[in-house]
Amino acid sequence: MIEVNHLCKRYGNHTAVWDLSFHIEKGQIYGFLGPNGAGKSTTMNIMTGCLAATSGQVRIGGFDIFEDAQQAKKLIGYLPEQPPLYLDRTPREYLTFVARAKGIRESDIPNQLTHVMAVTQIQDVADRLIKNLSKGYKQRVGIAQAILGDPEVIILDEPTVGLDPRQITEIRELIQQLGKDHTVILSSHILSEVQAVCQTILIISKGKLVACDSPENLERLFAGTATVNLVVEAQEKNIRGILQDISGLVEIHTKPMEDGCCQVQVELEGHDDRKACRDLFFAFSRANCPILQMSAAKASLEDIFLELTQEEKEESAK
Amino acid sequence: MKAVLRHELSSCFTNLSGYVFGAFLLLFAGIYTMVYNLQAATTNFEYVLGSMSFVFLIIVPILTMRVLAEERRQKTDQLLYSLPLSMTQVVVGKYLALLTMFLIPLVIISLYPLILTAFGNLNLAAAFGSIVGFFCLGAALIAVGIYISSITESQAVAAGLCFVVMLVNYFIADLASMASSTAFGSLTMLILCALIISGIVYLMTKNGFATLMCAAVLAGGTMVAYAFDSSAFEGLFPAIMEKLSLFEWFYVLIDGVFDLRCVVFFLSVAGVFLFLSVQSMEKRRWSE
Repeated sequence: MIEVNHLCKRYGNHTAVWDLSFHIEKGQIYGFLGPNGAGKSTTMNIMTGCLAATSGQVRIGGFDIFEDAQQAKKLIGYLPEQPPLYLDRTPREYLTFVARAKGIRESDIPNQLTHVMAVTQIQDVADRLIKNLSKGYKQRVGIAQAILGDPEVIILDEPTVGLDPRQITEIRELIQQLGKDHTVILSSHILSEVQAVCQTILIISKGKLVACDSPENLERLFAGTATVNLVVEAQEKNIRGILQDISGLVEIHTKPMEDGCCQVQVELEGHDDRKACRDLFFAFSRANCPILQMSAAKASLEDIFLELTQEEKEESAK
Repeated sequence: MKAVLRHELSSCFTNLSGYVFGAFLLLFAGIYTMVYNLQAATTNFEYVLGSMSFVFLIIVPILTMRVLAEERRQKTDQLLYSLPLSMTQVVVGKYLALLTMFLIPLVIISLYPLILTAFGNLNLAAAFGSIVGFFCLGAALIAVGIYISSITESQAVAAGLCFVVMLVNYFIADLASMASSTAFGSLTMLILCALIISGIVYLMTKNGFATLMCAAVLAGGTMVAYAFDSSAFEGLFPAIMEKLSLFEWFYVLIDGVFDLRCVVFFLSVAGVFLFLSVQSMEKRRWSE
């Protein structure tokens, strides 16, 4: 659906996006993830034709965003970081203008308006001036504008920034709903958000794509070391002896408890969680030390994100 | 384009600028009709338009300051860029909306000569000819205003700059006639103009080479021409300035000569500045 090839954007000496390439398939929700200033908004602005790339190419449904701008733009609905609203208009007037500009037939406009206003739940405020609306409603008017005309791709730049928790949940539900029959791309610097709604995550750091996969795969990919927390009925001094035969042992932390038990944290390399737990269970049972508690700590997306974006920093420091 | 036109037109009515614009135009038309035609009892309606042409200094900035600068400030230009519209459609749509705004009071004004025929013999051809001229002058000045609005982000700056440009345009023929009309005087003034144009080129492009080339071609060309035929430079600068002043061209029409060259000149100026506005909007995508 969308092809981005070797995209570069420079502002004078500052490189905002460097050699970015990826493909977006139809009918999924994609998440752009990256720290502030990573180039998410710049990439989205280039993809929607708001900004010209220094080099590289963006094709939407086979149309180049610069060569066949009109055709390509008909396929996208875009909500920039700051919703582009005419503050001295009502949502109804504003959406009518957008509908006309998108080339929707005059006779279809009322139906389309009713539809998008119902989806984004802004019917109640449809005839109030936009400048008097709350941030959440403004955001929704912005989303309504993006989904007007039923474009195949909906691009939302940080759609939940500045909203209260309830509004965030509502907007997320809305995005999930839209994802059923549209391709949705959203950007965020909040991990849990991307994790909650997106099927594929693109992690961008310093203008480069550092990872692109589903949340589960990313977790698996980086789950090379399994961390297991245990509470064992054993003497602290014996524990290292019990565990010395386990393969792939990286680190053991022990902490004695008052009732003769001991807290243990084991890090194992080259294991998935299950094998690590099994090995530990048999090792302790051979030594006749009952395990009272055992839990595998998953490598969270947060760790992956930090690791990936950290590497970049170290590289650039070199 | 129609969508932009309708949107812009209703913008002019939702905020004050459309009303202020119309009110100013009608106020001055009323005052001058009163003074010339009713009190002094002349039958020349064109004098009214000739005397009130300074009203453009005030109304053009009012009408155009918002048009593109405000889009940029409110970041709604991002919407325009992402919609399936070309920048030409946006700029021309907005221009046509402003022309419509200008036409509404003008239709009312064009009733005045008809009313006056009840009291005396008017040369209606001259009156309506000058009304058409007045419209063409306004059309050209509004295009200039749109361009100025496209290069800044602030309405106030756009209004101020537009006012200064209108003011210079209004007085430039008078000012230039005071400048030295000797051949050497013209040469110095023209070289100075060449340097100013190069300075503007540098401000717009930040490209040293282009600026140098521009300065070399303009100033160098002028000097070569001077070396070739210095007598042609006598009084050249004031003459050029007079030709550049849009208002001077309008005064020709007021004199009852419907010179098509004037109309063509106004339309060309409008075309050039609309083209520049489109380019200025396109440029933002590259340098934002």
